[in-house]
Amino acid sequence: MIAEPLINSADTITTKTLEISIGPQHPSTHGVFRMDVVLDGEVVRALKPVVGYLHRNHEQLAEKISWLGSMPYTDRLDYFNSMSNNWAYALAVEKLAGIKVPERAECIRVIMAELSRLQNHASAIGFLLQDCGAWGTPLLYAFKEREKILDFFETVSGSRMMCNYFRFGGVRVDLNDAMLAMARKIVAEFPKFLDEFEKLMTTNEVVLARCQRVGILPRELAIAGSVSGPVARASGVEYDIRKVDKYGIYDRLEFGVPVGRIGDVYDRYYIRVLEMRESVKILQQVLRDIPAGPVQAVEVKLRGFKIPAGDGYGRVEGPKGELGFYLVSEGGPKPYRYHIRPPSFINLTVLEDMCVGHKVADAIIILGSIDIVLGEVDR
Amino acid sequence: MNYPGKGLVEGLAITARNFVGSYFYKDRLTTVQYPEERVQTPENSRTFPFLVFDESPDKPRCTACKICEVECPPKCIYIVMDRDDKGKPLQRPKVFDIDISVCMQCQICVEVCPFESIKMDNDYEKSRYGRFNDLVQRLPDLLKSNAYYNKIKPAEAAEVDAKLKAEAEAKAAKKAAAAAAAAKATAVPPAGSVT
Repeated sequence: MIAEPLINSADTITTKTLEISIGPQHPSTHGVFRMDVVLDGEVVRALKPVVGYLHRNHEQLAEKISWLGSMPYTDRLDYFNSMSNNWAYALAVEKLAGIKVPERAECIRVIMAELSRLQNHASAIGFLLQDCGAWGTPLLYAFKEREKILDFFETVSGSRMMCNYFRFGGVRVDLNDAMLAMARKIVAEFPKFLDEFEKLMTTNEVVLARCQRVGILPRELAIAGSVSGPVARASGVEYDIRKVDKYGIYDRLEFGVPVGRIGDVYDRYYIRVLEMRESVKILQQVLRDIPAGPVQAVEVKLRGFKIPAGDGYGRVEGPKGELGFYLVSEGGPKPYRYHIRPPSFINLTVLEDMCVGHKVADAIIILGSIDIVLGEVDR
Repeated sequence: MNYPGKGLVEGLAITARNFVGSYFYKDRLTTVQYPEERVQTPENSRTFPFLVFDESPDKPRCTACKICEVECPPKCIYIVMDRDDKGKPLQRPKVFDIDISVCMQCQICVEVCPFESIKMDNDYEKSRYGRFNDLVQRLPDLLKSNAYYNKIKPAEAAEVDAKLKAEAEAKAAKKAAAAAAAAKATAVPPAGSVT
């Protein structure tokens, strides 16, 4: 409890608002992201996100190279989750070309996407707590766990983060028994980490004081802003592409969609913990039932791959929200139009509504709770 | 039992357990002292491409067909085919440059190569002092023996060797068959010319 000041400074000192720029080179903005904020004392009165510092011309580049050539570039969108990005692009192309994916490849895709969700959410909540001021400790516990998953990605695909693992009509490398055993070990150990992490954070008084009732995103605004992913679900919007679209083999898997009540920073933190528990459930089912068979549809050529004219939209539930690829083909070896719906970018549009009225330090954790990656925001 | 500050105390207990545990348990200590200790990278691990030669560096598997140059998404490969004095192509590269400051290690060149000639290395110590010329890998830097490939990626290289051997045998068998057929064809007409 802070005592009332003896003299109200507002009566004696005239103040005016101050316009400052947070970022682009600021460790709390998660990359090269800038916020132009108008401050009244320490309270945010207006906030304007400024993006574009990491623009790499991805969409235009993709229109100049082959269909396959864009696959490694999708790794660089949301560089935490190259597997999910690969899947969204492969899904769009497969829809457009009418390619059927073998059963085993579908299972491997689910394994990879859910593992990347685990490591993304683990590091996202680690970063969120770092923004709260818990320097390093929870983040590095999360990174320790993430490292095991990245090692698995490296064993399978050859690269820790830039996996470039999915191919149209399947995946590039089959999982052998040693790799499956490695995945099973990670999945078996992950709940232990989550329990420890939750004990560290979920009931921690500092976390509660900092995160509860901060940056509330009302349900109506979440829908109106077409926010997706954990941010929308924390606000009570029960919307998960895995349930809505039932792409891959998700219609056969049993899992729940956790939904928050208030939509504050704490809900966004806790929804990620619950989602990780659901992902572990999915992984256990897939790793139990994975069938033998080919991992690549035979009709897809690597070189000179052409797609019939038309357009298609493929979307997946990425760890950050709905990641969609809209492709237009003219029947040639390159896309005519290639457009991405990046979840981080669209979730950012509600940042001002969440931040106004809060302190600067709260604006930082609100930004952290959206979990943006600038590679995806700017493309 | 619930008391004020319970979450904090429990959290600190976990931190203390991890801190003390890192001195006693190997799985709690996850880092290594890099230049002295190294982590063994998995076999699939990839960094930058290199070119495989079989017996000697002047006989690379590469035929300078330029498929990788065309397919490379960031266009970091530059190839010129070697020609003899009369301008006849010699089916081997005269210039083969890979700019590793542009290369994004995507492995698409490896996948599209029809001659099993370009492969991914796992050497991650590629730091150089210069920003431009030092980071361009020329043909002599890129050429590495098949033995080296077998050493860094034993399972993958064995598969490739078996495939190449089968291909060579099939080619030899076809050639032998063709030669036999040709011999037969040349043997038949004299017999016919008698009549």
